[in-house]
Amino acid sequence: MPHITYIEPNGTAKTYDLPLGASLMEGAVQNGVNGIVAECGGSCMCATCHIYVDDAFLSQLPEMEEEENEMLDSATAERRPNSRLGCQVRATPKLEGLIVHIPSVQ
Amino acid sequence: MRKVVIIGAGHGGVQAATSLREMGFEGTIQLIADEVHLPYQKPPLSKGFLNGKQTAENLLFRNENYYNEHQIEVLVGEKIEAIQLQSQTVTSAIGKTFEYDYLLLATGARNRELSKEIAPNALYLRSMSDAQQLKRALDVVENVVVVGGGFIGLEVAASAAEAGKQVTVLEVQNRLMARVLPPLLSDLFLKKHQEMGVNVQLNATVSAETLAAFDLVVVGIGVAPNQELAQEAGIECQNGILVNEFQQTSVPNVYAIGDCASHYNRFAGKQCRLESVQNAVDQAKIAAAHICEKTQPYDAVPWFWTNQFDLKLQMAGINSDYDSYAFRGDIAANKFSIFYFKSNQLVAVDSLNRPADHLAARKLIQAGITPTKEQVEDVAIKLITS
Ligand SMILES: Cc1cc2nc3c(=O)[nH]c(=O)nc-3n(C[C@H](O)[C@H](O)[C@H](O)COP(=O)(O)OP(=O)(O)OC[C@H]3O[C@@H](n4cnc5c(N)ncnc54)[C@H](O)[C@@H]3O)c2cc1C
Ligand code: FES
Repeated sequence: MPHITYIEPNGTAKTYDLPLGASLMEGAVQNGVNGIVAECGGSCMCATCHIYVDDAFLSQLPEMEEEENEMLDSATAERRPNSRLGCQVRATPKLEGLIVHIPSVQ
Repeated sequence: MRKVVIIGAGHGGVQAATSLREMGFEGTIQLIADEVHLPYQKPPLSKGFLNGKQTAENLLFRNENYYNEHQIEVLVGEKIEAIQLQSQTVTSAIGKTFEYDYLLLATGARNRELSKEIAPNALYLRSMSDAQQLKRALDVVENVVVVGGGFIGLEVAASAAEAGKQVTVLEVQNRLMARVLPPLLSDLFLKKHQEMGVNVQLNATVSAETLAAFDLVVVGIGVAPNQELAQEAGIECQNGILVNEFQQTSVPNVYAIGDCASHYNRFAGKQCRLESVQNAVDQAKIAAAHICEKTQPYDAVPWFWTNQFDLKLQMAGINSDYDSYAFRGDIAANKFSIFYFKSNQLVAVDSLNRPADHLAARKLIQAGITPTKEQVEDVAIKLITS
């Protein structure tokens, strides 16, 4: 049950205890974090769940599949080395304390 | 204090409640659902949920806390049976009465069914309960027949085939998903299903005898709008609850959104009902905005998607009427888009495993920008700049 902190586009930080296996997108949307749209509901088809993850955790994340990589190229906000799609990263014990920044546009 | 009552807690109903709060609505919001589950998303029911990649928890729109914090009262297991326009109330099956200033009908659609003589034990898929029942049944059978080669039928067929079942699809027309896809894509999906071991029968006849040979019969032959509540109250309906561009029905403080609503759609060029998440979500926002006096007309590009095996198809615009087309991408690798034109105007784009094209297409069609065929065909040229 890792605690994930979301930093909304306006700087507000919100921390939630995510159930294991929930995606970072679900954790955000189900709790009402602003700035994540997720219009495809997690099918890796819309790139509106774009997030920037804290560099310290990059190595703890599951590797990116090719389709996520391609989708990130079409995200509206600038792609950075720590860009991920929230729907493709699931909560694991290793992610305890993770900080996620939400871009200002999706 | 102003009161909003929303009937139905699917994609439209939940979005309307959420949008009302986001737009600063301060009155009461009652979201009434006849289903017993906390509101959830439907598309994964035939995809990720059925093949085990997603659980019921993964599909929730919001958690309970969210609704509490935003003062959205969710009443589950409550079926509304009648609307009284005079007194501005609705009553439920167990006799509860709810008062409204604004009423939103987001009742969705229900499955068309085969007659009991032909398919006495068939399963249908619309709700979480249906999906749970289907999943349990699939676990214990070998032989499955799916009646209907539309999106939902084929998604169920793909999920069942991936789970190692012997799957047969019966489609009465001469190609798959004929209502929405061009022959080229129908054929491509047909080949994929066959390659994955699905026995697809086109021009099929569906009878009690043919179905009796299978352990499990699943039917996906389309839906009908849930409009009776409105109709019985005297609200105008015609293949759906008729609405204007602000989602108002023939009674101005009663709105209808999503699968149950019939509207004039400029991208389709006609009066229609659309059965898609996009339509339900975008119409919900329009209705909420109208209640909050932030009026804007509904004018969103329709889009839709389907996942079957490793094929992800995304559709933007309506491709029912076109006079020419162009390809972009790699056809042999199943990574391409078809751009449809009508009188030299881009009207629709189908993208197969080309999600970036889909996103670009939605922007182009919304803005009324038409790329040249040369630009479409040259993947080195970006279709949108931003
Ligand atoms: C298996 C499946 C897969 C799909 N896949 C896709 C897809 O990939 N992409 C896509 O865009 N769309 C897809 N759709 C369609 C999409 O889910 C619908 O278009 C969308 O749910 C419509 O939203 P809605 O709010 O209009 O209706 P719904 O989501 O159907 O919600 C209506 C709700 O109202 C309730 N209700 C009805 N009458 C009453 C009453 N009298 N009292 C109380 N409650 C009532 C119903 O039980 C239901 O829960 C799929 C649908 C299904 C079933
Ligand atoms: S929710 Fe659509 S890509 Fe993640």
